[in-house]
Amino acid sequence: MRKKWLIVLMVMSMVMFLWGCSKSSSTSSGGESSVLEGGAGEGATELSYWTFVELHGQHFEKMLEKWNAANPDKQIKLNVTVMPYDDMHNKLSIAVQTGQGAPDISDIEVGKFPDFLKGEPQLVPLNDVVEPYKDTIVQSRLDMYAKDGNYYGAPTHVGAALAFYNTEILEAAGVDYKAIDTWEDYKKAGQQVYEKTGKYMGTADTSALWQINMMLAEQSSDLTDDSGKPIVNSPEMVKGLSILKDLQDSNVLATVAGGQPDTEEAYGEFNQGNYASAMMPFWFTSRFVNYMPDLAGKIAIAPIPVIEKGQPRSYGGGGTGTVVTKTAKDVQLAKEFVAFAKLSADANVEIWNTLGFDPINMDVWSMEDVTHNPENKFNQYFVNNAFDVLNEIKDGIQQIKSTAASPTINNVFGTTTLNEIFEDGKDVKQALDDAQASIEQQLQ
Amino acid sequence: MVKRFLYSQKVAPYVFVLPFILVFLLFWVYPLGSSVSMGFQKITIGQEAQWVGLDNYTKMLGDEIFLKAIKNSFVYMVLTIVILIPFPMLFAVLINSKMMWAREFFKSAFFLPALTSVVVAGTIFRLMFGEMETSLTNSFLGLFGLEPVKFLKGQTTGFIALLTLATWRWTGVNMLYFLSGLKNIPEEYYEAASIDGASAAQKFFRITIPMLKPTTIYVVTISIYAGLAMFVESLMLWNGNNSPKNIGLTIVGYLYRQGIEKNEMGYAAAVGIVLLLIAMIINLTQLTLTGMFRKGE
Repeated sequence: MRKKWLIVLMVMSMVMFLWGCSKSSSTSSGGESSVLEGGAGEGATELSYWTFVELHGQHFEKMLEKWNAANPDKQIKLNVTVMPYDDMHNKLSIAVQTGQGAPDISDIEVGKFPDFLKGEPQLVPLNDVVEPYKDTIVQSRLDMYAKDGNYYGAPTHVGAALAFYNTEILEAAGVDYKAIDTWEDYKKAGQQVYEKTGKYMGTADTSALWQINMMLAEQSSDLTDDSGKPIVNSPEMVKGLSILKDLQDSNVLATVAGGQPDTEEAYGEFNQGNYASAMMPFWFTSRFVNYMPDLAGKIAIAPIPVIEKGQPRSYGGGGTGTVVTKTAKDVQLAKEFVAFAKLSADANVEIWNTLGFDPINMDVWSMEDVTHNPENKFNQYFVNNAFDVLNEIKDGIQQIKSTAASPTINNVFGTTTLNEIFEDGKDVKQALDDAQASIEQQLQ
Repeated sequence: MVKRFLYSQKVAPYVFVLPFILVFLLFWVYPLGSSVSMGFQKITIGQEAQWVGLDNYTKMLGDEIFLKAIKNSFVYMVLTIVILIPFPMLFAVLINSKMMWAREFFKSAFFLPALTSVVVAGTIFRLMFGEMETSLTNSFLGLFGLEPVKFLKGQTTGFIALLTLATWRWTGVNMLYFLSGLKNIPEEYYEAASIDGASAAQKFFRITIPMLKPTTIYVVTISIYAGLAMFVESLMLWNGNNSPKNIGLTIVGYLYRQGIEKNEMGYAAAVGIVLLLIAMIINLTQLTLTGMFRKGE
């Protein structure tokens, strides 16, 4: 009798186990796929493209139509698959390294890019197709995706960091954002906002490094030294984070749900007008327009505050490199299309029109008809013109290096260090020393 | 010839067990052997693997995040056992009782959560335990005038969320195990006890619990393994494998981080071997102590 029940138990547990397996695999392999025709005819080559940002697909759709019209003999159909950030990078990493199942073209975020350059990169150098455009685009953005003189990724934008102010809140508090030059000014303004409206001036980010990168860029410092070794407990870092911590202690900054402005939870918080400013790279314009409709007509753009006057006022944040894999169906065609879709003058104009990013072809920045086009949805959304601010800070856009240590640094700060400082109130210097030790240990 | 082979009484048993042996060799022995050997190598896919001896294991000893992952998995395992053995047992006894009404309804109601996907459940729990004032748990706390809590950012509160999810999901399953164990206890024992004047509590402690022992051992054994191998719940609750300060990181989560996210397959394999050893040691100790290996049980 007992035996019989034991067998029933075993069978039940097996069924549960197997059922569990099938269930989780079917849900996690998701990702939405769609084939873009782009007016391609019969003999078109179908290329596959993976991305983690749905909006990027829209840009490729526009460029695909242009490509197919201009190259009737080399038409392309693009099979676009959108996957969540972690999923896409993990899958791509396994696919390119095992040589099976990789797409022809893919986006890789700058924070993950060094992982794909380890050892022998399984990506195709784009040098020959980059060459014609090289003089027109920002060199430092190309270098982010380079190794040993080979360019493996086509950059998307400059990502110049800017301040986005909610003028409605600021006016209610009697603050003029144009008068904010230094973090000291920002603090005074923030305290006034908190007193008058009970709202916070900005976010203290716990899951992203935008703010500390800004602080480092202003002091012409970096997360790694010239040899690529992490130096996250440098005096500049301590100074930058101490300023942010002080702002938090004075009720100017507060942590936000989601941990940083570029998350779904935070879009909601901003949209409801709970925070008066966000310091984010240029591409945050697209997040405002697409995810925070209630703020239309209320957001003004300005340079970010500096620690001392005269310091550089921005840095290029974030970034996506579009790559061609070694296993691509037609490597040459894929390369040519990527260059056309990301680097050509046309592409750069479209990157602003469709995506609202600051193009890597800086000539576009001064094309009045493009940048000040009143029909443009981004121009309609913001109080002032983004490119007016951009041209003002043009020469002070610093770069934070992307190195082999970057993914580890991002991970340690985004999960542990910033949470310790802003959520638990751990001493800044102590938290940074711990971070340095942890990063060194992990890089061994 | 073929016929004689097939009808041979000596060969038949081997033919019958062959599928199992093959599956066992292919999906268990081979991966295990290959993990053991990978644990001694530094592997970057696409490149020649290097033998590094015990490097992966010595690195592990100084790896705070790994130790944190072990601690998390261990605490989770212990707490799930503490919660998911007594309560399901109690519910099973209640539902099995003749005085209980709407038994079938409660049985299915308790079991229902096990049928939902962890992915869906985890996502919903993440929203329920969101840090905004408007999230379900915080609105509930607000009724009592309590401040909103950032559940998924603190160690204790994070575990409360994780254990709530586990309890909600697994109570029904464990209850069914206990129910099937209860059905196995002959009615005569209770009758005899009643005649001798035993109280309900006495019957529960003197008859039900001892008679349920085989079931309890079984449930504890699978709970130990399930607790140590937990991964998806944490992944879904924190919307990724990187929870703040690694409060939700489990051993399998760490294996995934090293192997899949960082491409350190060798180190990941070593982590897997350690997990296997821990689970084996705990289970074997537990089974020995409870007398499962004694002859004549």
